[in-house]
Amino acid sequence: MALDKNQIAQIIDQELEHNTYVNLGIGIPTLVANYIPKGIDIEFQSENGVLGMGPFPFEGEEDPDLINAGKQTITALPGASFFDSAMSFSMIRGQHVDLTILGAMEVSQNGDIANWKIPGKMVKGMGGAMDLVASAENIIVAMMHTNRAGESKLLKKCALPLTGVNCVKKIVSNLAVLEIINNSFKLLERAPGVSIEEIKNATEGNLIIEGDIPEIKF
Amino acid sequence: MINKVVSNIEQALKGVESNMTFMVGGFGLSGIPENAIAALSKMDVFGLTCISNNAGVDDFGLGLLLQRKQIKKMVSSYVGENAEFERQMLSGELEVDLIPQGSLAERCRAGGAGIPAFFTPAGYGTEVAEGKEVREYNGKPHILESALTADFAFVKAWKGDTAGNLIFKGTARNFNPLMAMAGKITVAEVEELVPAGELDPNQIHTPGIFVQRIFQGEKYEKRIEQKTNRKRD
Repeated sequence: MALDKNQIAQIIDQELEHNTYVNLGIGIPTLVANYIPKGIDIEFQSENGVLGMGPFPFEGEEDPDLINAGKQTITALPGASFFDSAMSFSMIRGQHVDLTILGAMEVSQNGDIANWKIPGKMVKGMGGAMDLVASAENIIVAMMHTNRAGESKLLKKCALPLTGVNCVKKIVSNLAVLEIINNSFKLLERAPGVSIEEIKNATEGNLIIEGDIPEIKF
Repeated sequence: MINKVVSNIEQALKGVESNMTFMVGGFGLSGIPENAIAALSKMDVFGLTCISNNAGVDDFGLGLLLQRKQIKKMVSSYVGENAEFERQMLSGELEVDLIPQGSLAERCRAGGAGIPAFFTPAGYGTEVAEGKEVREYNGKPHILESALTADFAFVKAWKGDTAGNLIFKGTARNFNPLMAMAGKITVAEVEELVPAGELDPNQIHTPGIFVQRIFQGEKYEKRIEQKTNRKRD
């Protein structure tokens, strides 16, 4: 069984380290906040200017002066701080934020990522994605392995306009967990019941398969 | 103390002309200068270049200026929430310059800080880097980005005093302090205007030196773009 979006988020949560600062992109990454393991303390940064972002507010407790980068109403946890956009991106470019988790339309085997523009369609802009991918020490991409037409999104070379180059280190897809190394996707784990053959067929880029590939455990 | 208070919105917007460049604070609809935007949308000024992270929604924020086709060019990082914007962009009526959000913020800050340009890793290897100087620092390529300034910067704060000192609230701060620094004339509107001396100097986010005009906004709608809630257990 391929993983659903919530399960992808759960797998990423297993990667989180205690006492770290994490920036979550829009889409699947947002779900990561829901499954933080007990004993792991994480502070979420939202690039519009908050560190220590909390859950959505209860009905009637929304504050128009308190939103996340997706413009959703949020809360701030005890110990949170607010700051302007230049300071926010100082945290990001200065590599004070430990981990960035974001979605992608395409990733290439050398770690390039495309996630902001489809030529010929409405262009909405890159927001903070280019700053995030250019600067983060550690980037995890949460994505579907193939697009709706069944075509691979893990490619030799991205076809869409790039967001950043040589930056993705790890991918958690609905089929597998992969590392980007030596200009290849190295298969680390596979989703329960998903065969190596399925992953091969869904991966256009170089795929390294070494030894037994364990199934992901929840 | 230098008194920065203007008595009405007309005074606040005095000198605004067609074909000028404006900076407009806010992220989404949070922390936008609602009163200045509403007044600008009633003036006959056209051909504007607006530097603002977003472009508002159809009937609020900079969307009001777009509806009257007052804006010639938008300089933003993300513009996805506005159908009229999309129509004008696709038809070629509206010029759009998309900039990575951190570079946009830093370019505003640099404009106010006397730094004409800086190198950043953001956008290297992408179409944003086209035509820009590339230099390697610490083994990593960076691109040269230039500072931004504006004829007017319109910003919004939570509290301000007659000397122009500003305090922001929550994530409504965003681009406002940076744009305040980069405006030749910075017009600050606040929810609450108090006499100089009433704000704690330790708590000031934007010192009054960056603000040329200040007024208390008549009213604030503070519209929420995406109301999201969690359930009570």
